Amino acid sequence: MSFDVARIRRDFPILQRKIRGKPLVFLDSGASAQKPRQVIEAMVHCMEERYANVHRGAYFLSEAATEAYEAARGAVARFIHAGDPREVIFTGNSTAAINLVAHSWGRGVLRPGQAVLISEMEHHANLVPWQMLRDEGRGIELRVARVTDAGELDLEDVAAKLADGKVGLVAITHMSNVLGTVTPAERLVQMAHAAGAKILFDGSQAAVHRPVDMQALGADFYAFTGHKLYGPTGIGVLWARLEHQERMPPFMGGGDMISMVTIDRVEWAPPPAKFEAGTPPIVEAVGLHAAIDYVSVIGMPAIEAHERRLVDHAMRRLSDIEGLDLLGRAQDRGGVFAFSLDKAHAHDLATLLDRAGIAVRAGRHCAEPLHARFGVEGGTVRASFGLYTTEGEVDYLAEALTKAREFFA
Amino acid sequence: MFDDLRDLYQEVILDHGRRPRNFRRLEDADRTARGDNPMCGDRLELFLKLAPDGSIADAAFQGRGCAISTASASLLTETVKGKSAEQAHALSDHFRALAMTGACPDCGEALSEEMERLQPLSGVHEFPSRVKCATLAWHTLNAALDGVKEASSE
Repeated sequence: MSFDVARIRRDFPILQRKIRGKPLVFLDSGASAQKPRQVIEAMVHCMEERYANVHRGAYFLSEAATEAYEAARGAVARFIHAGDPREVIFTGNSTAAINLVAHSWGRGVLRPGQAVLISEMEHHANLVPWQMLRDEGRGIELRVARVTDAGELDLEDVAAKLADGKVGLVAITHMSNVLGTVTPAERLVQMAHAAGAKILFDGSQAAVHRPVDMQALGADFYAFTGHKLYGPTGIGVLWARLEHQERMPPFMGGGDMISMVTIDRVEWAPPPAKFEAGTPPIVEAVGLHAAIDYVSVIGMPAIEAHERRLVDHAMRRLSDIEGLDLLGRAQDRGGVFAFSLDKAHAHDLATLLDRAGIAVRAGRHCAEPLHARFGVEGGTVRASFGLYTTEGEVDYLAEALTKAREFFA
Repeated sequence: MFDDLRDLYQEVILDHGRRPRNFRRLEDADRTARGDNPMCGDRLELFLKLAPDGSIADAAFQGRGCAISTASASLLTETVKGKSAEQAHALSDHFRALAMTGACPDCGEALSEEMERLQPLSGVHEFPSRVKCATLAWHTLNAALDGVKEASSE
């Protein structure tokens, strides 16, 4: 079907509102995406008609809520082409998903003398948990693969850092939240596995912008979050192979993650319940399900094609602006652009753009080492796209940046 | 497109942002403190030279920041010169009230001339995410006066 961005925009109530008297130009979807009416209504309907705690009560509403919650797991599994819905663990967000792996697999399966390999372009969510693991005195090393000047992953450096066979886990972003770079995931899986390592992808950005297929990819862990996928906050996903889940000790203890408890002894519930202690994000799961249905009806390939056109357009328009310095020029990239403009400070620029109704993010976007890598002392401004972003909005951004440059000249 | 921004970016602020005054190290400073805004990575170092009576004989700063934080630090160094520690603290309190609310009803007449000079920064109160940019230098001033080495706008 054809991609009708005007019709899509009508599904997002917030895009109809004005900011400071001007139409909202929302270019911060990389931080969190806006929500379509279908998601909002599904969550309201859940709370009005089908809400109770899950996996507990032998009564109608609890059974209905449990069914909805597990249906969401099934929808996620189909969305990412998982082999089995049990491979889908619900967490609070991507950060919680990666921390789960760092705590449980990192502490339970990795051995002293082994290493974790990340890259210079990781979001802090895929950096700090590994630093914490390294600093616990378990003898686990942290290695960092370089990023080239073009903002691509340096595969030779990855190979060099895998060469001694000590790396137990490669944990790499599937798409940089600053550079927009999409990493060569299939190639990385082959490289990691050939070196005897498992591999985790931080798919927070990638899963939103293109189809992801767990069976084709062949990775070991994949993390992403609901709120960037037009779903609600408070729910994320860790996809993990069952064989890994079996070997992983629980991360948090509590209700819902046990099969039997006495004062002396406890037996864990089978995966994935073992990793879902406490009342889960029930309404959020229903919202995520609706979000997945929403993007699936449009089609991830169609969304990818739309964003590819936008990226090409943005590259042309932004390159025309004198004094604009774009961070990273990777061949394979998504709709995330971090840049500086002459000597204008990122926060001054963001405030200016805000006055024109444009929402962008200013700062270092939870990637301080990456900004240091590119010699950016302060921060950058980041414009990031969603499926509702239009070429007209990109043009408006370019016009505003040209005027902002005059303002601070 | 940006006409209403002149409330925030008045000419005085753009000027001090581009050409900050007293932008240097004071090698013989009696008091120094660093200020950090972890949200945006802005960072400054403030230097105070004290007179025998404890008043501020000279003030200077270095660092990097946005137009607002740089202008605020620049105006700070100009307005605190010659003030006693007590007056500088009071000015700092008054300024923070100005930045957060756009006014300082309890300021009185004592430092009215200095407050007049700082008035161009009052527009920042309409931009909640930017108030910290304006107050960073003043937090750092308090830290320097109190003999604390680090201040944060968080």
